Amino acid sequence: METVTITMKNVPALYLEAETISPDAFAGKNAAQIAELPVFEGNVPSTLGKYFEVSGNAGATAADTKIVVKGDAKKVKYIGFKMTAGEVVIEGPADQYVGAWMKGGKLTAKGDVGAFAATAMKGGELVIEGNAGNYLGAAYRGDWRGMSGGKILVMGNAGSDTGMYMLGGEITINGNCDVHVMTHAEGGKVTIKGNAKSKLGGQMVDGTIIIFGNIDVMMPGFKPNGEVELEVDGAKAKFAHFIGDMGERHKKKKGAIVYGNLYKKI
Amino acid sequence: MSEYIIKNGHVFDPVQGIKGDKKDICIKDGKIVDKVGSSAKVIDAKDKTVMAGAVEIHAHVAGPKVNLGRIYRPEDKLFSCTPTKGKERMGGGASIPTTFKTGYEYAKMGFAVAMEAAMPPLFSRHVHEEIRDTPIIDEGAFPVFGNNWFVLEYLKNHEIENTAAYCAWLLNVTKGYALKVVNPGGTEAWGWGLNCLTVNDPVPYFDITPAEIVKGLIEANEYLGLPHSMHIHPNNLGNPGCYETTLDTMKLAEGIKAKNKFGREQVLHLTHTQFHSYGGTNWGDFESKAKEVTDYVNKNKNITIDTGNVTLDETTTMTADGPFEHHLTGLNHLKWANVDVELETAAGVVPYIYSPSISVCAIQWAIGLEIALMMKDPMRCYITTDHPNAGPFTRYPRVYKWLMSEKARKQQIESFKHKDKVLSQTAIGTLDREISLYELAQMTRAGPAKSLGLAAMCGGLKPGMDADVAIYNINPDKPVANPDDIEKAFSRCAAFFKSGVQVVNNGEIVSNGNKRTLWVNVKAKENPQVARDINEKFVKYYSITQANYEALGHHFVPNPYAIEVDATQV
Repeated sequence: METVTITMKNVPALYLEAETISPDAFAGKNAAQIAELPVFEGNVPSTLGKYFEVSGNAGATAADTKIVVKGDAKKVKYIGFKMTAGEVVIEGPADQYVGAWMKGGKLTAKGDVGAFAATAMKGGELVIEGNAGNYLGAAYRGDWRGMSGGKILVMGNAGSDTGMYMLGGEITINGNCDVHVMTHAEGGKVTIKGNAKSKLGGQMVDGTIIIFGNIDVMMPGFKPNGEVELEVDGAKAKFAHFIGDMGERHKKKKGAIVYGNLYKKI
Repeated sequence: MSEYIIKNGHVFDPVQGIKGDKKDICIKDGKIVDKVGSSAKVIDAKDKTVMAGAVEIHAHVAGPKVNLGRIYRPEDKLFSCTPTKGKERMGGGASIPTTFKTGYEYAKMGFAVAMEAAMPPLFSRHVHEEIRDTPIIDEGAFPVFGNNWFVLEYLKNHEIENTAAYCAWLLNVTKGYALKVVNPGGTEAWGWGLNCLTVNDPVPYFDITPAEIVKGLIEANEYLGLPHSMHIHPNNLGNPGCYETTLDTMKLAEGIKAKNKFGREQVLHLTHTQFHSYGGTNWGDFESKAKEVTDYVNKNKNITIDTGNVTLDETTTMTADGPFEHHLTGLNHLKWANVDVELETAAGVVPYIYSPSISVCAIQWAIGLEIALMMKDPMRCYITTDHPNAGPFTRYPRVYKWLMSEKARKQQIESFKHKDKVLSQTAIGTLDREISLYELAQMTRAGPAKSLGLAAMCGGLKPGMDADVAIYNINPDKPVANPDDIEKAFSRCAAFFKSGVQVVNNGEIVSNGNKRTLWVNVKAKENPQVARDINEKFVKYYSITQANYEALGHHFVPNPYAIEVDATQV
């Protein structure tokens, strides 16, 4: 695997829309060609090389390409946009839409990331070692097709609206979560190791929420359904089981109604 | 204005009966002429196809319902935006493009005229503002009448003269083009939580049936002698077994003859026929009744139809058939928007995905094509997608490909997940007809122009007509090697002239043209009763005053083209 390192040299005055920082866009290009890739600063077309020092050549394909983003990328959006393979490591913080629409490969953000990370993610792996913003693994504005595959791990906290319209895949949050988790979801799983606030599983049709900490306010649309023992990350524990959202339509599978599941550690 | 001579092209013009002969087309001062001077700019159309500008008879391209779709579907613009480029302003949207993109996309395919198929009269100002902002193409808009309180009250007593006087007034104040009817009575019934699924279901409170509304509006239309006929989206759209309602609706036109000075022969235009040609009792035994419907239309010459082809895309459905959209959101669970328009109509919007792996969608695809292939007279059957309901208008070239190439149809059928079901529930597999370029010109140019009463102005290349000329990269002397070439050629004109101005060159916009708003200016007999009724309704019921109702002046209709109708002598 070939490694391309891009280091921030001129922090943009406006936010940078860098849809081209992905192994797919870099593949088959040398450092000079990568520096010529288009980006937008605000609404002005520009090139990647104006902001980043590029060193190293990409591999022949996305799968053979690793990108390391160094320096202050706090104002850079869309890192790992639509990536299908390969690897991206963001050493510091990044702005919105990290790994949005990603389909494969591995993306690691060592700092905090902004909102809309992994929007409509289909596959691959996203690790956020810092905190995630709002709308992690959610659907694009207006769309009803959120994250449908792949894995997300957040080592810090997540903002609000995690997994909105989620259809599949897994999100694990080691820290706490803000309001709205898996709103409108029709599949997938969100595991919260810390605490959550309120509105977990609002209008949820299908899918699973597992929470280890406290919930400030439970949704009234969820109904107790006994206790179960679950194994999460190799450790067994007892959980209170709730089903819902009872106010929403639910599909039938083999004659039985399918509900969204919420498991809260006892 | 410049003069042009388009040389050596293969011309297809049903108006003059030209079937691919090499002929020069001359343009001067915005019109087609016999000859031009030696200084005329020469356009070489060697090995290319030359046709008149195409005419769109039914699309939802402007107005509050289209805009509601744009507002509540930001995801429709995702990854579909085009930046400013040369003469082109930025645009976006796939199934509900921005006004600018709408104009450019039509022009790039060689369209000169497009009709907005459902204008809520109360919001005619909004419709006209969007029409104004849609470049290049000439547009008109059909106000909806089928659930209008005035119409229901007059027709309850079969008062044709009063209905006609009201229609004339409404066309004038809304700058409308034709009488549109959507789910007659049904949309109003929905205000009571009901619907009208047959032509005999009574409308609550008004105590009138869809049959009386339809027949009455046909008679009012012919009483006035309007350029277009009554244009109907009948009751019971989109339900298995709906073809019977469709046949019952068409039978209401039996025995009525067209009366107008525009050369129009039909008295009823049945729109998006595909949605109205379903048999079966549920989605499991759902089947095509295209044969039954087209057999009837083939026999009855006073009817024209358009197809409403399903293009197998993700799209946005929108119609003044409010109850249908509510029904649809219950089927697909996607977001639903709904609007009631006081005293007049309603509308609903729901996104829809016509998936090739769902048998119903694949059968709908087949039915749309069957209708076009089963219609004997291409002058009475026009290609539409009921944009954006069955698919975006930008897919017309793909529909042409399916109609012009049996091979392309076979390829599509092979790719369906439920191929056997498509073949058992429809006759698409038995149809080997391939639409010719001449027939295509009839179905997309001369035919719709005649049906709209615009035969003297557009849809042909006869000297004296508007110089709307499209040149396509198709050589009719050579067999089509790959059906995809048909789609490619019709997607982007080699050149397109609109009213004598070259607006497209090599598929790129080179001018924003000189778009016009087409409307019908009816001079009707004074009718004090109707004038009093209108005044009373505004005082008693409307939330706005009559003075704020009319779409007039430069702001709304900056470049009007009025078609004059004198109904004072009838």
